[in-house]
Amino acid sequence: MVSPAHEPTGVPLNAHNDQVDAIWEALRSVMDPEIPVLSVVDLGIITGVALSPEQSVTVRMTPTFAGCPGIRLMEKQVGEAVEQLGYEHVQVETDFSVAWNSNRISDRGREIIRNFGLAPPPKHNGEPDLDRLQHTECPYCASANTTLKTPFGPTLCRSMHYCFDCLQAFEQFKPV
Amino acid sequence: MNIPHKSVPIADLHREPLRQLLTALADDHLILGHRHSEWTGLGPILEEDIAFSSIAQDQMGHALGFYTLLHEHLGAPDPDIHAFTRQEAEFSCCQLVEWPIGDYDFSLTRHLFFDLAAGLRMETLSLSSFTPLAQLATKIRGEVKYHIFHAKTMVGQLGNSSDETAKARMQTAINRQFGLALGMFEPRLGEQILDDAHIAPIESKWRERWLEALNAVLDGTGLQIPDPDRIEPVFGGRNGYHTEYLQPLLHEMTEVFRLDPQAEW
Repeated sequence: MVSPAHEPTGVPLNAHNDQVDAIWEALRSVMDPEIPVLSVVDLGIITGVALSPEQSVTVRMTPTFAGCPGIRLMEKQVGEAVEQLGYEHVQVETDFSVAWNSNRISDRGREIIRNFGLAPPPKHNGEPDLDRLQHTECPYCASANTTLKTPFGPTLCRSMHYCFDCLQAFEQFKPV
Repeated sequence: MNIPHKSVPIADLHREPLRQLLTALADDHLILGHRHSEWTGLGPILEEDIAFSSIAQDQMGHALGFYTLLHEHLGAPDPDIHAFTRQEAEFSCCQLVEWPIGDYDFSLTRHLFFDLAAGLRMETLSLSSFTPLAQLATKIRGEVKYHIFHAKTMVGQLGNSSDETAKARMQTAINRQFGLALGMFEPRLGEQILDDAHIAPIESKWRERWLEALNAVLDGTGLQIPDPDRIEPVFGGRNGYHTEYLQPLLHEMTEVFRLDPQAEW
């Protein structure tokens, strides 16, 4: 079974019209609780928005990591953000029909991550090369003269590094 | 905002073998995740404390994913109820994951054994003809890659250490739990039916690939595995036979849940 291209009501996911665009825009106000300047849209965890002729909204999400502790909170906030537009029937679903990977982070999201002080994940062709973690570009001084301290960090999506040029420890939003 | 059940049809013939497979996967990840979490605050260095804690958190997520499949497609109870209210004999984790954390060398070796197997399992299952499982396995696979990367790095460092004591301790840890590790591949009831349907391979196929992968990891180190044909695999876990260590773990793990099973978190 491939992810359904249509919601049960027969409304295609991600059809473009002003109303659907306004819902996407509203979702930009919902932030990742672990990087509170990065929206769920730029993070790439919103995988579909559908609006039925009866004006009920379905938002589909996928977690960054299976054990992400923030997903329930984000579901709630996503629902509330859509309700604030005046919709009464809002459904938020989380599933794995579209698997999140770090390539789903938008270019704008990468810039936000860098400005937040984290190295953004390098783009990859489906399989990230973990050896590249050894020379992650330092988000402070852009040097590649760095080393990986540990592939784990303060949250599931971060690894920890050290820069030999600016002598700073830093974290990376790791490629998945 | 309830997530609707998205059941896909499963042939009657496949239901029980699939339930066995998913329960084994779920229970393995839940119990080892719980064991790894016991390193939180105790790791030998801060990085390892964080690593084991993070892997534990990942594994809780993986267990939740498998219990959710059981709930949505095979009529099992809600994941929390399923994970926290069964009796010991109803668990089908392998005995390897039940053992106490022991010293760091024991836990690190177990982490390598388990995650190498988990990586192979997820790689195969990401192609499963049971699509919900394929989707979940695809997700988990990317996370397990980091676990394997971590285990290989640490085992490589200790296995190449000029400190002979460190090397000897690692070798002892490998020898001591090798039979337990082989127990991960205890044949499941009806496994051939799932293999025929391209849902999941029989365990002996995974065992063979695991031995190759493990030899490849240890190849560049001073460590080696015992001859697998001369070690008795520790079976029983998949059929509810467990070590003396599982019951106390379940008691501790469910202590808060039992205070108020209906609590909203």
